[in-house]
Amino acid sequence: MAVRARGVTKSFGAGGSLTQALRGVDLDIPYGELVMLVGPSGCGKTTLVSIIAGTLEPTEGEVVVLGDDLVAMRSGPKVRFRRENVGFVFQSYNLLPTLTAVENAAVPLLIAGWGRARAVEAAADALDRLGLGDRLTRLPAELSGGQQQRVAIARAIVHDPRLLVCDEPTSALDAENGRITMELIAGIAVQPDRAVIVVTHDARVYSFADRIAAMEDGRIVSVETDPRRFASGH
Amino acid sequence: MLWVAWKMLIGNRVKYLGIVFGVVFAALLIAQQSSIFCGLMALTISQIRDVEGPEIWVMDRNVQFVDDVKPLADTELFRVKGVPGVDWAVSFYKGIARARLQEGSYEQVILLGLDDATLVGAPGGVFMGSIADLRRPDAVIMDEAGYRRIWPDEPYRLGRVFEMNDRRAVVVGLTRASRTFQSFPIVYTRYSQAVRYAPPERKVLSFVLANAVPGTPPEEVCRRIEAQTGLQALTRRQFIWKTIRYYLAKTGIPVNFGITVFLGFLVGTAIAGQTFYLFTVENIRQFGALKAMGASNWTILAMVLSQAVQVGVIGYGIGVGLAALFGELLTGGRSRLSFFMPWEVLAITAVAVAVIVLLASLLSIRRVLVVDPAIVFRG
Repeated sequence: MAVRARGVTKSFGAGGSLTQALRGVDLDIPYGELVMLVGPSGCGKTTLVSIIAGTLEPTEGEVVVLGDDLVAMRSGPKVRFRRENVGFVFQSYNLLPTLTAVENAAVPLLIAGWGRARAVEAAADALDRLGLGDRLTRLPAELSGGQQQRVAIARAIVHDPRLLVCDEPTSALDAENGRITMELIAGIAVQPDRAVIVVTHDARVYSFADRIAAMEDGRIVSVETDPRRFASGH
Repeated sequence: MLWVAWKMLIGNRVKYLGIVFGVVFAALLIAQQSSIFCGLMALTISQIRDVEGPEIWVMDRNVQFVDDVKPLADTELFRVKGVPGVDWAVSFYKGIARARLQEGSYEQVILLGLDDATLVGAPGGVFMGSIADLRRPDAVIMDEAGYRRIWPDEPYRLGRVFEMNDRRAVVVGLTRASRTFQSFPIVYTRYSQAVRYAPPERKVLSFVLANAVPGTPPEEVCRRIEAQTGLQALTRRQFIWKTIRYYLAKTGIPVNFGITVFLGFLVGTAIAGQTFYLFTVENIRQFGALKAMGASNWTILAMVLSQAVQVGVIGYGIGVGLAALFGELLTGGRSRLSFFMPWEVLAITAVAVAVIVLLASLLSIRRVLVVDPAIVFRG
């Protein structure tokens, strides 16, 4: 299993303002699959994906990602774990506005300690594969939403991570760009030794999933392995 | 990643210029005011520095600074000459005289009387006439700034006559002397002549200028002179610092300049700190994204500090450059501005700027270190 979560809870605040975001989540994500987390706003999707990505500590439970127990892992190794194993595609892209497309895509390699020239060269290759070979030196503001998301995908995969975490990757895109984005994610990131988690509200892209986990009120209420059946039910 | 930090910084032009402006403002004010302060301090010791040759100044025990003249008996010269280790010693007169000009007006002047035989203490920058002309009757050499003050807009001309204490003085030379704190004209003459120009007093000897026998440390000779004569004997350097310390301790000059420098420091810190913090807050999601992608707190810390250092270096360079330009432009010609920028001013300004950028970045550092990488998942 790429991801194995058992009895995961997460609460924020204390006393009267205590908010229970996750109430005992169990989730398995096999290698080679693209799993979508779906559900209404506030159901705990983002909290769960943050815990799986190692950016948030669960209150209770067991989270094993790519064979590593994230709950037992200390802060330093967890940072290293994210750096080496996790790629991120964010809802609002989170590109650095003052870096060009290729420089943005090179950031994970720079964080990993690569030299600038080598990192930029690798990032240029990644962008080329995503069809942005002619936009390397453009700033994010000079790119369309779809192109920015492709830069974000290039940034997420440039260091060859084994787990790709995508948070609402198509929510800011039109149908066509949303479809292209999901094709890219599914085509590039889903490999036998990798896994992809996509948090989404966008029913148009359910067909790209191998498995869809529906969440409600901090729990996973169903896991559907047939996206078409899931889509017809929602 | 430092390169990424640099691009993040310069990419936001308005904030970047705002931070640099804060540092420039502080560096300019600190360097400029400190240099003017040093210039004023240099004025207080200019007459010691202009007397080249003698390494030892001997004076009354109660003298506190160079203008605090307490006359000695002429016989003190011979007592100093008799101290072992003294190679030679000469009389030196320093006082204020009132010059009566031919048109009837009066002007206060600093009167310096040089040893008749050796003319030790004579000015080095004579550009009209010569030092030797001081041996002529009633001869005086005047400093250039003093000449312009007494006879403004008139061409330089030797042979001009004025009176001091009803005695005739003839200008036989002009020299470029350092400006003094009082900014009075400086008049050089022979010692014997100077005591006639000065108001009659029982004691007239201001200082004894001396040199140590080669191979004997001047400090040691000073100790011997003090022990044997009861007078105060200081090396040239000691006398310079005694004078500076007097002005630092007994006048309001350091406080006045200190307040301005401190205000520059405060305002610079406030501008740079606030703008830098706003810049960081504006980029907090980007920092969060970097942390999510695996940038450690050390990396983030290095990024913020490198941004601070970069604006510090640039702001410092521009600030001290502007201060130096200010000094260069406003101290030439007939300007009365005192401006002296020794390396110590540059070093102090550098330390102040380092503190400013450190303070400015502290809040930002705290902000980025505590930012939760999960922030990037919140829409």
